[in-house]
Amino acid sequence: MSHDDHHAVVIPAPGPEFVPHTVAHHFSTPVQEFQAGKLGFWLFLATEILLFGGLFAAYFYFHELFPETFRVGGEQLDWRLGALNTSVLLLSSWTMAMGVRSAQTSQKSKTMIYLFLTVLGAAGFMVIKFIEYKAKNEHGLICFGHLFDGYDMASGQVSWFKDYDGVMAGVPHGHMFFSIYLTMTAIHGLHVIIGAIAIIYVMRGTAMGRYHAGYYLPVDLVGLYWHLVDLIWIFLFPLLYLVP
Amino acid sequence: MTTNTPAVDVQTPPTAPPRENYLNCSKGFKSWALTLDHKRIGLMYLIGVSIAFLSGGMFALLVRLHLWEPEGMLFTNIEYNQIFTLHGAFMVFLFVIPAIPGSLGNIVMPLMVGAKDVALPKLNLLSFYLWLIGAVLAVLAIVLGGFDTGWTFYAPYSLYTDRAVVTIGMAIFILGFSSIFTGLNFIVTVHKLRAPGITWFRMPLFVWAIYATAILQVLATPVLGITVLLVAFERLYNIGIFDPRLGGDPVLFEHFFWFYSHPAVYIMVLPAFGIISELVSVHSRKPLFGYKLIAFSSIAIAIISFLVWGHHMFTSGQSTYALFAFSFLTFFVAIPTAIKEFSWVATVWKGSVALNSPMLYTLAFLIIFAIGGLTGVILGALNVDLHLHDTYFVVAHFHYVMMGSIALAFFAGLHHWWPKMFGVMYNEFQAKIACALIFVGFNATFLPQFVMGSRGMPRRYATYVPEYAPYHQASTIGAMILGTGVAMMVIYLIASLLIRKKAKENQWGGVTLDWIAPTPPPHLNFDHEPKVVHEVYDYSTLDYDSMQRDCN
Ligand code: HEM
Ligand SMILES: [Cu+2]
Repeated sequence: MSHDDHHAVVIPAPGPEFVPHTVAHHFSTPVQEFQAGKLGFWLFLATEILLFGGLFAAYFYFHELFPETFRVGGEQLDWRLGALNTSVLLLSSWTMAMGVRSAQTSQKSKTMIYLFLTVLGAAGFMVIKFIEYKAKNEHGLICFGHLFDGYDMASGQVSWFKDYDGVMAGVPHGHMFFSIYLTMTAIHGLHVIIGAIAIIYVMRGTAMGRYHAGYYLPVDLVGLYWHLVDLIWIFLFPLLYLVP
Repeated sequence: MTTNTPAVDVQTPPTAPPRENYLNCSKGFKSWALTLDHKRIGLMYLIGVSIAFLSGGMFALLVRLHLWEPEGMLFTNIEYNQIFTLHGAFMVFLFVIPAIPGSLGNIVMPLMVGAKDVALPKLNLLSFYLWLIGAVLAVLAIVLGGFDTGWTFYAPYSLYTDRAVVTIGMAIFILGFSSIFTGLNFIVTVHKLRAPGITWFRMPLFVWAIYATAILQVLATPVLGITVLLVAFERLYNIGIFDPRLGGDPVLFEHFFWFYSHPAVYIMVLPAFGIISELVSVHSRKPLFGYKLIAFSSIAIAIISFLVWGHHMFTSGQSTYALFAFSFLTFFVAIPTAIKEFSWVATVWKGSVALNSPMLYTLAFLIIFAIGGLTGVILGALNVDLHLHDTYFVVAHFHYVMMGSIALAFFAGLHHWWPKMFGVMYNEFQAKIACALIFVGFNATFLPQFVMGSRGMPRRYATYVPEYAPYHQASTIGAMILGTGVAMMVIYLIASLLIRKKAKENQWGGVTLDWIAPTPPPHLNFDHEPKVVHEVYDYSTLDYDSMQRDCN
């Protein structure tokens, strides 16, 4: 059987510290491979947005039903910590963009540094998030120790909502704001962690010299993912901390 | 006989060694479990969804047996709830949604566009394993106490029942991502991997259908994902948005659920439309009547289907304006659907129709889908639906589309591409008998359900008043006939793999690239990159020699 049109296309390495890239067998050109990866990833990002879309829909629906709950609940969040986290993420989006740029221009050590800084940003974000959760725990607004204890018939409240300081007293369904806050920020936090893992993965590839001007698709895609994580936070921050 | 005869058996004519194809090019468990070949992945899907279909079918037969007597024959009421839920959930999530894209879509679509594989082969394998994990979790959920909410998981019952709702929820979440990744992969494949000469309007209609399906898979399924997640959160830590005790709104669940699940009915049916479009053309040996109409109607359906979910909630207390809008849009979505039906019938009309088994299944589809689609329009009428909602009329409607149309189209496609996939032919005579049994059995099962539904028999009840007994019994007998037909089909198809009667190189005389590729196709699908210079379904280009030749 003739295989003459099945031979693989190889993109040469721009220097000794890089390795060449072999285009996957079912693509005819590197451009085709690049575009396929990009299109696929954009579609994936669309599904992520839709996934969060369900949560946003729930947010708006209940904001409409119980405005008081969202107003008083929102006041319990520390907008300064939220703003700090927003800046951390924005900064990390910039380092990520610089990392992608450095990969595109075959600057290996620069790529490493920028990617590393981005991971630091992710870690910083999670630490601040942890501090916030801890405060909610202390005030009994989200008792993490009782998270799965269920509905308390006697008080007509969920077990994880104790409100030690009585800040939500008299507000209808006070726990609702915090359950939406917790769910949205936790799912977002999960995305931050996944993003950080993905960045560490492309750092490994960068160290091995896999990404350079001829082939940087994975760095590019992880970058897109990171910007999405950032973008979702840009919506979450005002909705949870400021709008109420 | 002398002692020094050379060790050659002169009686046997020298046979050429079988040509290398995707089935025999590598061997061993790993070469399948880790394969990136879309055809092997498609076959694994085929086995998986078939097992799911047969299990779902067993549950269905149990339901029907139970309903033989007004008081119920086999189960307690609680057990009955579990059995019909298992039937619905297995059929919808493990069979109807993944079946055609996962198996035939995977195997045939890349061939049709002249690609060597799908665009993202590793993601394709991941999709399959996600399906498998979802299936395992679904079985685990049965072990952990089952689930009794119906396939729709309506809140608040799904929040309070003590069954394994979280486990089955996770199964559905993961199956959703399997479906999303398949769709994503197919969109990229259609956009980026078409061979030279395959313009958008030279794509076979099966590709168009799979493409429109893929858009729905990508855009609708995440909403199902978040919905089942929220139900799980509700059960785990009382997030409160669906739970009325906590200020939540169960009707919000219905909106979320149907925002996915109505488009999902088109995720299920569009691939079936695609198969029928191919088959009416090939087996009537005529170009499709209204090719562009069919292609665009797929896209129109994909778009409009996002706007009709409220027709599942006519009785849930929506505003009057919403009711009118949803009713109107429901009538509207029927238009592109009807365009297809007319185009197919016009294609068959005066064609040289070959009444082989794939075509018989196709004709059965055309009849059944006309009934299934039209009863949908009846349900879309507000005042009529108030009476018919949650009765057996609805059950009959969606079985006419899901079982009678989609499953039958799947069978049609299976018979059509079977010789392509395996290089062997099944017994045509047996296939025709089975098709007849399935057609008769199907109608006997579900026609009585229209009647009893319109007379008020509610769905999902374990017992009923004796007046309905004749309808239920007719339905149960029909189900047995249907089951016999399906069992027969399974047997002769498997037998064909053992008997190995060679198929023709181009068994039905198709002209799309899937028939131009060698039979069975080699690992990389084509010996040379195909170049297409003629219009799709142009039967004047048919290579008659290859039609006659046995495949390698
Ligand atoms: C084409 C394939 C179709 C499929 C797979 C399908 C599937 C279904 C399913 C599964 C249900 C019931 C869901 C449940 O409550 O468990 C349903 C109900 C309904 N279908 Fe279809 N359907 C199809 C076509 C149509 C069409 C063409 C129309 C109208 C234009 C339509 C209108 C309706 C309406 C109005 C209901 C709601 C009835 C009620 O619950 O009161 N369907 N369909
Ligand atoms: Cu619908």
